Amino acid sequence: MFKTMRGRIIAIVLVCLAAGYQLWSNGLKLGLDLQGGIHLVLEVEDPENTLTVEARADAIDQAETVVRNRIDQYGVEEPLIQQSGGDRLIVELAGIDEEGRTRARDLIQQSAFLEFKLVRPVSEIESALSRIDRVIVNEFGQDSLSALGRAVEGSGAGASQQDLENILFGAGADSTTEGDSVAATDSAAVVDSMAEADSAIEADSAAAEPETSQDEPNLSPFGSLLLRDDSPTAGSVAGSFLVDNADYEIANLFLENPRVQNAFPRGITLAWADELVGGGAGTYQRLYVLEEDNFITGDFLDDAQATRDPQMNEPLVNFQWNRAGGRQFGRVTGANIGNSIAIILDGRVVSAPTVQSRISTSGQIEMGPGTPMEQAADLALVLRAGALPVPLVIMEERTVGPSLGQDSIDQGRLAGIVGLFMVLGIMILYYRMAGVLAIGALAIYVLLVLGGLAGLNATLTLPGIAGLILSIGMAVDANVLIFERIREELLAGRATRTAVEEGFGNAFSAILDANITTLITALILFQFGTGPVQGFAVTLSIGIVASFFSALYVTRTFFLIYLSGKKSSDPISI
Amino acid sequence: MRIFGSASYRFIEGRKKAYIVSSIAILAGVVAMVLNISAIGSWQNYGVDFEGGSLVQVGFSQDVTTGDVRSALGGANGPDVTEFAGENEFLIRAPQAEDATVNQVREEIESSLTQAFGSDSYVVERTELVGPKIGAELQRKAAFAILVSFALTLVYIAIRFELRFGMAAVIATMHDILITLGFLAIFRVEISLPTVAAILTIVGYSLNDTIVVFDRVRENMNKKGARKREQIDLVNQSINETLPRTILTSGTTLAVLLALLVVGPAVIRDFSVVLILGVMIGTYSSIFVASPALIDIDRRMGEKKPRREKVAKAEDAIPT
Repeated sequence: MFKTMRGRIIAIVLVCLAAGYQLWSNGLKLGLDLQGGIHLVLEVEDPENTLTVEARADAIDQAETVVRNRIDQYGVEEPLIQQSGGDRLIVELAGIDEEGRTRARDLIQQSAFLEFKLVRPVSEIESALSRIDRVIVNEFGQDSLSALGRAVEGSGAGASQQDLENILFGAGADSTTEGDSVAATDSAAVVDSMAEADSAIEADSAAAEPETSQDEPNLSPFGSLLLRDDSPTAGSVAGSFLVDNADYEIANLFLENPRVQNAFPRGITLAWADELVGGGAGTYQRLYVLEEDNFITGDFLDDAQATRDPQMNEPLVNFQWNRAGGRQFGRVTGANIGNSIAIILDGRVVSAPTVQSRISTSGQIEMGPGTPMEQAADLALVLRAGALPVPLVIMEERTVGPSLGQDSIDQGRLAGIVGLFMVLGIMILYYRMAGVLAIGALAIYVLLVLGGLAGLNATLTLPGIAGLILSIGMAVDANVLIFERIREELLAGRATRTAVEEGFGNAFSAILDANITTLITALILFQFGTGPVQGFAVTLSIGIVASFFSALYVTRTFFLIYLSGKKSSDPISI
Repeated sequence: MRIFGSASYRFIEGRKKAYIVSSIAILAGVVAMVLNISAIGSWQNYGVDFEGGSLVQVGFSQDVTTGDVRSALGGANGPDVTEFAGENEFLIRAPQAEDATVNQVREEIESSLTQAFGSDSYVVERTELVGPKIGAELQRKAAFAILVSFALTLVYIAIRFELRFGMAAVIATMHDILITLGFLAIFRVEISLPTVAAILTIVGYSLNDTIVVFDRVRENMNKKGARKREQIDLVNQSINETLPRTILTSGTTLAVLLALLVVGPAVIRDFSVVLILGVMIGTYSSIFVASPALIDIDRRMGEKKPRREKVAKAEDAIPT
């Protein structure tokens, strides 16, 4: 039936209807570069390269589940989450704006490892401070503090203590420094006004520096950084020190050293709070003294929701334990009434409430004043979705704003229309009536490519649009080959009908070979590329197949219609 | 209308000139590549896709000059700032530090811009942040993709035509890629993923063009009396016969590419330029490189080991 005129027309109409239906029902899926969004490539964090291939593949499997869970709960339409190369995760989220991108990034990357540890009194670490300091002096040298870039040594600690008291109790309170002798002399020199205190320190330290560095090496590099929090509000956080924010990096460097960690008392660890204390001139990091082992983790969570504290109007996250978690949590809290427990998220203490009574089913995490509600909502979400088994690092990130994507679509469409009209002009000018037939076939070609893209659920990207436009230019090639052959046959004196038949027949091998080699490069391009480039390759491949059909079948049918009323000796317009 | 309808140019005879022109073009490109190694540290101007680094496109709602943006980002020591397409649009490029996260540079750029212009005065339109590991992998994959496409088309053409056709087609395609790469090196066009896609498309287009000519050569070779004809005449005739088609198809393809370049999206402007160039080179090479190469390969092969039929005939001629 495909050989008769009626059969041909029916076949073409059916194919067009199918393409049109696909386009109408599926629509074109636009790539991230056209509709805006974020494309992330993540890898398991493993800087030392210690993981085996299997361990890495296993970790990425679990991470994929967790990330998928989180994205699903976050509510992005048609997210793409897939593994690549056995140790990578590709995440694509479409149509989100700048703020959404930041949130999504955090949402995907946050480990969300929730654990609970008992807070220990500071005395437990103080007894070991001299040992820890000895290790630090051994590890980092006698002048470890000044060597690490801390300008004022002991005097700084003393002044900080004074500042701290100014902040916590107001100026003029008794200074009960626990620093060394240098600190004590300094605090005597400090005057009430902070500004004067600063200048005093400068003068003092300038004078004292040769002494401290030569005669009195600071043998307590770590201990001198720790400030005991004796403020009235310290009750709930008795098991913590404060460290001047300026000293935080040095203190952290000490704490991260494995030998220093070995010097800790058995079963004791230190962890930073996630928020600064104080503000303005004096900001401090809080350092908690904790039991080393956690007694429960986020694995036992059943649910978590963000709410707002009705009294304080601060966002908080309520969570519920599952049965096993509830039993364990109840046992520990029951045995520790009056003590504090630290809620630790990704290694940072979020809060350390005092246990008032046995709690076995639920609890809450206070997010602190001024935290946006979204942050609480996101925390609840990641807690529900579960912790990442290993941290993920972003290897590649591409984002496109929605407005830029729309511009690309508009300009691409314009370029396509202009290009189409130019081809149309050239073809009609050169081939007259045959050119008109070719343009008709070209219109069907464009419909088929778009329908094919929709039907294969392929993504139209910006290079894809370019590929489509380019393929319009190349699609006429097959027509040109055929028309040139027909002209040659006509010139050789063949009758019209024979010339057309011969023309199509002779052009076939060139069209076939040329298209197959282009198809080969398009397929390789697909293998090689990611995202936009793959979109280009797909468009090009579909274009090649569609041009085959449109040039050989559709144009031929149009020719048959055109010739149907003519005698075989009548001239044709080509 | 009909152009070059009865053309009978002697293309093959002039092949020495074409070889010289091509050699000069390739040589200029190679010189540019070598100069680039000392000037910009690498033979091509690799973009963030291949070298790793950050590319941030920002648009300002107020009038801002490149100098303003540059000084906001730390002046001469800061990242590279160029104006892009529309008004008050800028591309900021920064290399990737070894141990930094990919987002670090973006964050620094954004905070500097916020400090200098305020957070409401600009929008981040696009970011491309690529870690060095990914970039290095892509370089390998791109080279691999081009080589594989060579190998596969060589095999395909060798099967459909003859080995020498396949060799000539690959020589012509390599010629096109070399000249294109040379052009990219001379003008330091940024090599990005779309640029590589464009180069691979050129491979496809150039082969397409070459094959149409070769198809005609194959056909003419199989015609009656072809054996007696001089190979050069046969190839010349084939080129001339396909000349109208070659010109017309290149014309329509260039027409759409020009439309893409002039009114199309700015993001793919480089992509369009490379394609336009590639189409012109591809058209040139199918006539002036691929077909002459066919003749020259034939002669070389003929010198080394004479064709069996000829040997056979010669033996026949010798009376035993």
